Amino acid sequence: MTEHVVVIYPHPDDEAFGASGTITTFREKGIPVTYLCGTLGEMGRNMGNPTFATRETLPEIRKKELIKACEVLDINLEMLGYRDKTLEFESTEEVAAHLFSYLEKIKPSLVITHYPGHAVHPDHDAFGAAAIKAVEKLPENERPTVWAQAISRNHLEDVGEPDIQNDVSEVFTKKFETIQAHKSQADGMLSKVRNEADDIVEATKQWLGVESFYTWKF
Amino acid sequence: MEPIEINQLQNHIDKLANKEVYVHLETTNGAYASHFNQDAYNVGAFIRNAQVTYQRGKVVGTGTTYRVGLKLDIGWIYAEGVNQYEVEDQNKLLMAGHDREGRLMVALQISETPFQY
Repeated sequence: MTEHVVVIYPHPDDEAFGASGTITTFREKGIPVTYLCGTLGEMGRNMGNPTFATRETLPEIRKKELIKACEVLDINLEMLGYRDKTLEFESTEEVAAHLFSYLEKIKPSLVITHYPGHAVHPDHDAFGAAAIKAVEKLPENERPTVWAQAISRNHLEDVGEPDIQNDVSEVFTKKFETIQAHKSQADGMLSKVRNEADDIVEATKQWLGVESFYTWKF
Repeated sequence: MEPIEINQLQNHIDKLANKEVYVHLETTNGAYASHFNQDAYNVGAFIRNAQVTYQRGKVVGTGTTYRVGLKLDIGWIYAEGVNQYEVEDQNKLLMAGHDREGRLMVALQISETPFQY
């Protein structure tokens, strides 16, 4: 099977905070990566700090940030056109069929997504569930490996230690650059770190320097 | 967006009265509220492109934060905690309340044409 990684997350910046180090190590090996981004993060609360976005301008701003982040990571981008905060109210079957149409074409060797039920944001849970359903539509011998990311408080108790723990400190500069491409969101999310630490890159590395995933068991 | 100047905002609200308008109303403390603070609750409400006509709209408040109420023939719409506003594309009145970190807590928007997305 030709190697190709497909990342399935709902929001512009999920890839940056969650998997951009892992993505970078794949790209350094020359493995193509495609990001299927579900929404434009239209409902984000962060409007920049000081605010520079409004509810109406945020989608276009985040779209530009997403495109820039994918340029930083040197990955392909597909924007799937759902609306932020509504994915769980869509038909899971329809979303899975939509995702499947990409998987059928790309034939990935690995899919990275959220761990349904342990991904905190309702869009994460819903899109992760749809992604796994989409992979299940493939015949067993053609299914890619799936790495599911859990971020809930209780995931360690419930599902144990993640078997994939990528230390991404070697490529952290790239991860930080990807996060910063999402300026409207990074302003707010990094402000706490900025207030408390002298070296913001080092402090962010402490926070986001390991990317963990569970290999999904079908 | 700019901090609210109450007379100017009232003028904009008056201009949109007694017309068919589209309303966006939301309030949220974010999808991660109870993730970051186990004592918190996740709450939010959202409506986009509700088509209404209001007979009177009024902005009330002092200092830095305001309430805006719209009186409909058969009901009411209001938002509390609004502190900034902007007129976009000439006919879209955007009002919002942000916290110290610039995060949106409440928004009330009125437009003569439907909001996109």
